[in-house]
Amino acid sequence: MGTMSLLFSITTLIYLVASILYLVAMVGKQQQASRVGRWTLLAGVVLHATCFGLRHSTVGGTPVTSLQESLAFFAWCLVLLFLLLDLRFRQSVMGAFAAPLAFLLMVASALSPDVVVQLNPVLRSWLFPVHITFAFLGNAAFALSFGSGVMYLIQNRMLKSKRFTGIYQLLPSLDVLDKVNYTCLSIGFPLMTLGIISGAFWANTAWGTYWQWDPKEVWALLTWFLYAALLHGRLTIGWRGRKAAIFSIIAFMFLLFTFFGVNLLLGGYHTFEAFAIL
Amino acid sequence: MNIVIVGLSHKTAPVEIREIVAFPETAMEVPLRQMLKLPAVTEAVIVSTCNRVELYAISRQPDAAVVEMKQFIADFHDLKLEALQDHFYAFEGTDAIQHVLRVASSLDSMMVGEPQILGQIKTAYGYACEYKTVGLILNRFLHKAFSVAKRVRTETAIASNAVSVSFAAVELARKIFDSLDNKTVMLIGAGEMCELAAKHFVNHGVSKVLVTNRTFSRAEKLAEEFNGTAVNFDNFQEQLHRVDIVLSSTGAPDYVLDAKKLKQVCKERRYKPTFLIDIAVPRDIDPAANKLDSVYLYDVDDLQGVVQANVKERQKESAKAELIIAEEVNQFQSWLATLEVKPTIVALRQQLEEVRLAEVDKTLSSLSGLNDKERKAIESMTSAIVNKILHQPTNVLKQANNNGDGNLYIDAVRTLFDLPDPVDQKPDKSNNRSDI
Repeated sequence: MGTMSLLFSITTLIYLVASILYLVAMVGKQQQASRVGRWTLLAGVVLHATCFGLRHSTVGGTPVTSLQESLAFFAWCLVLLFLLLDLRFRQSVMGAFAAPLAFLLMVASALSPDVVVQLNPVLRSWLFPVHITFAFLGNAAFALSFGSGVMYLIQNRMLKSKRFTGIYQLLPSLDVLDKVNYTCLSIGFPLMTLGIISGAFWANTAWGTYWQWDPKEVWALLTWFLYAALLHGRLTIGWRGRKAAIFSIIAFMFLLFTFFGVNLLLGGYHTFEAFAIL
Repeated sequence: MNIVIVGLSHKTAPVEIREIVAFPETAMEVPLRQMLKLPAVTEAVIVSTCNRVELYAISRQPDAAVVEMKQFIADFHDLKLEALQDHFYAFEGTDAIQHVLRVASSLDSMMVGEPQILGQIKTAYGYACEYKTVGLILNRFLHKAFSVAKRVRTETAIASNAVSVSFAAVELARKIFDSLDNKTVMLIGAGEMCELAAKHFVNHGVSKVLVTNRTFSRAEKLAEEFNGTAVNFDNFQEQLHRVDIVLSSTGAPDYVLDAKKLKQVCKERRYKPTFLIDIAVPRDIDPAANKLDSVYLYDVDDLQGVVQANVKERQKESAKAELIIAEEVNQFQSWLATLEVKPTIVALRQQLEEVRLAEVDKTLSSLSGLNDKERKAIESMTSAIVNKILHQPTNVLKQANNNGDGNLYIDAVRTLFDLPDPVDQKPDKSNNRSDI
């Protein structure tokens, strides 16, 4: 337990360092800093994966059952996806969004109660890790899409109102922000789809039914439809820019509710504690 | 040794004065040689641009040099000194170093951050090298100025924002489209400003230019210039869906493009962004177009606003630049201080004395059974050796210093004996004439 929490703290610290580096890179326009930030994040993501490995062997199962573990796993997915996205776009501003978010998720995770949830034997299936990996990676992609959407709206507002504050200089062009938004959407959507499908199969092995209209399932489906509509709008009707940015922000609000709100307010068998009860 | 500067610039003299005291770039040999002949001047550089005329000199008697250089500028142009006196400024020592570093870094320019001045100083230095009017100090100093200017450029954002309307348009376009490669520009009307902006756009990657004008032949002529296509004014609106950037400057009294038409164009373009630049007064494009989602409309005032904001941004950055310069001034000043004869000789003596003492110590401690007299003999013998060795170099240094080429020898001695820089010495103090 000792080494693990130490590794966890170091990972959190690394994310913090990367956040600072990316912020410096953005504000001070220092390319060097974002390059160092990239390698720092890479180190963090590897170390974080080691954490999961250790936790996996101690807990004896996929370590994403409690809120604490979920938040940490989300942070990991976010960083991983950002690094992949970074291969293509090289926007330190996105790093200045993703790295601090990952850091905050880690802090939130550390502050959550540390409970080791014993997974009901019925639920132990190879489909469980598959389901959560797809779902969380999808969520991470949508989080990045949300971030770029917000940045798009800010930058768009600057250009429209012709009032150029410092943020205008810091943010990339509308074109890049829109592309990032679209790329994240086109990565996130199939991931989410696979997450839902694998979840259904998993449910079938566990409970003998694919779909139970559990609140989480309902909200996830609703969110999925929203993203499907956005993707459709982008591909066929020519939605882009401001409209697409607003849509991706709204859809992410639904996603957040699916992720947190349902557990806290509506209950159902997806709640973390439920794993133990079942 | 002192760096001395006499000059005048756009800050102190109107253009009528600046143009009569300018030194023609094609004939720099005569003034440079004449300046070097001034009794108090040992090295000379003349910088002459449309915004400033400055003489850089190295002198042992800075006050005399200032007087001579002012007189020289007046005499050279057959002017009365009184006519210029009020426009001149003069700096020496630290102030002079700071002034030149600021000028080279474009902090003293009419438009702060514009890089031309650095090139102009480099040219001036080039002439001075060609006619051999620079020596050790100005050589080193100007190279310092060039490297400081580069540092300011890379470490601050002083030159990163456009301060002309046409460049501001390009910068805005890049905030919308990111890259301008494969973008299409349409020029409506043939204003000069539009043409200039179009040139900037082409330089930044725009590949297609469409030109329309009420007079088709003028459109054709301008299109030829950009390797573009002329479009008939009656149906230019039909081409708009292909166009990413519109530059408009017709003399039309009414709008040539209304918002309704543009709304339709947006749809045809599948809401790809359109950047409209309306430089015409009265305006060519319905301002309501800016309300359309994918349209970004800028008129002349908007662009001026961008320019003004950028100018302010540059001023903010110049504060950072001043810090860099202050640091570099100190650094150069401390190098300059090493070129003084007196501290050099003192340092040299000290160095040898330390060696002597160490060796004497070593020898005496290994020789037991010496009486005091014998010890004293060894001491005085070693002292005599050091004095003998130092006698000739000290004389040469002093003589060279009196002949005016002391700097070379001092620099050589400092390098040969690896003497430390006199960091504890106040630079101002060592600037006094050294008459050792």
